[in-house]
Amino acid sequence: MELKELYQEIILDHGKNPRNKGKCTDYNHEAKAHNPLCGDKVHIYLKMNNEKNITDLSFEGEGCAISLASASILTDTLKGKDTALSKKIANEFLSMVTNKTKITINSLTEDQITTIKCLSGVQEFPMRVKCATMVWHTLLLALEKKVS
Amino acid sequence: MDIKNIKSQFPIFKQKINGKSLVYLDSANSSQKPKSVIDRISSFYENEYSNVGRSVHSLAVKATNSFESSRDKVKNYVNAKHREEIIFTKGATESINLVASSFAEKYISAGDEILVTELEHHSNYVPWHFARKRKGAIIKFAEVNKSGEIEIDEIKKKINSKTKIIAITHLSNVTGAIIPIKKIVDLAKSNNIPVLVDGTQGAPHLKIDMQDLGCDFYAISCHKMYGPNGLGILYAKKKWLEDLPPYQGGGGMIDEVKKDSITFAKSPSKFEPGTMQTAEVVSFSESINFIESIGIENILSHENKILEYGLEKLKKNNSINIIGNPKNRGSILCFTIKGIHPHDIATILDDNGVAIRAGHHCCQILHDKLGVPATARASIGIYNTREDIDILCEAIDNCKKIFQI
Repeated sequence: MELKELYQEIILDHGKNPRNKGKCTDYNHEAKAHNPLCGDKVHIYLKMNNEKNITDLSFEGEGCAISLASASILTDTLKGKDTALSKKIANEFLSMVTNKTKITINSLTEDQITTIKCLSGVQEFPMRVKCATMVWHTLLLALEKKVS
Repeated sequence: MDIKNIKSQFPIFKQKINGKSLVYLDSANSSQKPKSVIDRISSFYENEYSNVGRSVHSLAVKATNSFESSRDKVKNYVNAKHREEIIFTKGATESINLVASSFAEKYISAGDEILVTELEHHSNYVPWHFARKRKGAIIKFAEVNKSGEIEIDEIKKKINSKTKIIAITHLSNVTGAIIPIKKIVDLAKSNNIPVLVDGTQGAPHLKIDMQDLGCDFYAISCHKMYGPNGLGILYAKKKWLEDLPPYQGGGGMIDEVKKDSITFAKSPSKFEPGTMQTAEVVSFSESINFIESIGIENILSHENKILEYGLEKLKKNNSINIIGNPKNRGSILCFTIKGIHPHDIATILDDNGVAIRAGHHCCQILHDKLGVPATARASIGIYNTREDIDILCEAIDNCKKIFQI
């Protein structure tokens, strides 16, 4: 695996200029995580309506280019999706990164699939897989965790 | 000094990493092993292996002699007064846990103070935290100055009649600051406070002399001294080892065991329960032989030259921020690059065959103080050359190219 496949233009762009960073207004779900080994942190804020659609989604956190890009791509991809589909996408993403499976969901645009696939480069860098996956695991927690 | 010849004694450098020669700049994390140490482990298992200090058969005698002669070797290397002052542990972490547990058990009560510093590795803070929780003690932190050092005046300011022990590193694994232990011990002695030194980074990169330093406890990590994994040493003044309660119970550490009472063996057995890491202890003799064959002064002079060269080169690079600016620095070069996270630096460097460490290096308190979640660390060992630093700098340029900085 070439290094440039890990640090593709799209990843570098999302890493440098992460989308949806900060707390979204009126969020009603949240979850956070950190990696004690490296100090990466992520906090997901999510606004869900009564129909279980994610109407707004954002994150705060600090970490490497891969973790920031992954969080940025996640928020970009899942904003506006419903909970069931979001879970499916998250699980397919996690499976892609850890088991090298393909993304099969056809309700994503070609652009979105290309963007998500950029993160599959971490497969070849075992020590960096967690950088990409932590935010997706956190999203799955946030979907279940209402703000009290 | 012929570094090429020294490096050739380390089999690990025969391999290629990502098609490149290995540039190993992670010795503060763990050092590589010379062939003599690796060979000693196999020869011990092949010819002498048996449990030590228990059976009377010939192999047991052989193994026990090799094991105990390692203790003598360590005693002489660190210039301890008595061989009983050398305790083998599973690492510097266990050495500190042993002291924190046994010392707190006997000498720390509610409201007593333990002084550590903001430079400490988690292994010289968390064990004291347990003592704090168990005994209701207070932990105070001596603060680092802007250069990443601990000043003697700061220690002076933080001790008082309630201070029961000072636990401090000899050489910071982040700022590289060499701490003036002798001065601190003198100050502590005049206030009747014992001192534990975390020598994890100090022992491989400084000349250490227990009688000269005068500290009460000194923790050593053998795998950072070109030695085997899973082995540490606790040096402790004899009076403490006689006085402190045992840390763990088991075979070999007892004198007499009855249903209603148990008496304990004398040190070092008292603190070495169960079957020890026999091959590791025996082979550590070869690590000391290796160091002594070059001479610790020669090692330090070589490492300092490489360190100076590295500092000079990294300082020339505008996007690099070097962590700490201590007057006395040893073997550690921590840095950040604006716009590139240390983990990305480490991955890109690895692609160039350069092994460094990225993260908080088990020093979260210090990183909070520095205001950065993580740093990249290049650390130097005897096998490093100026060429390694040149390759490191080229790899850093590659990081900047990839990140378009």
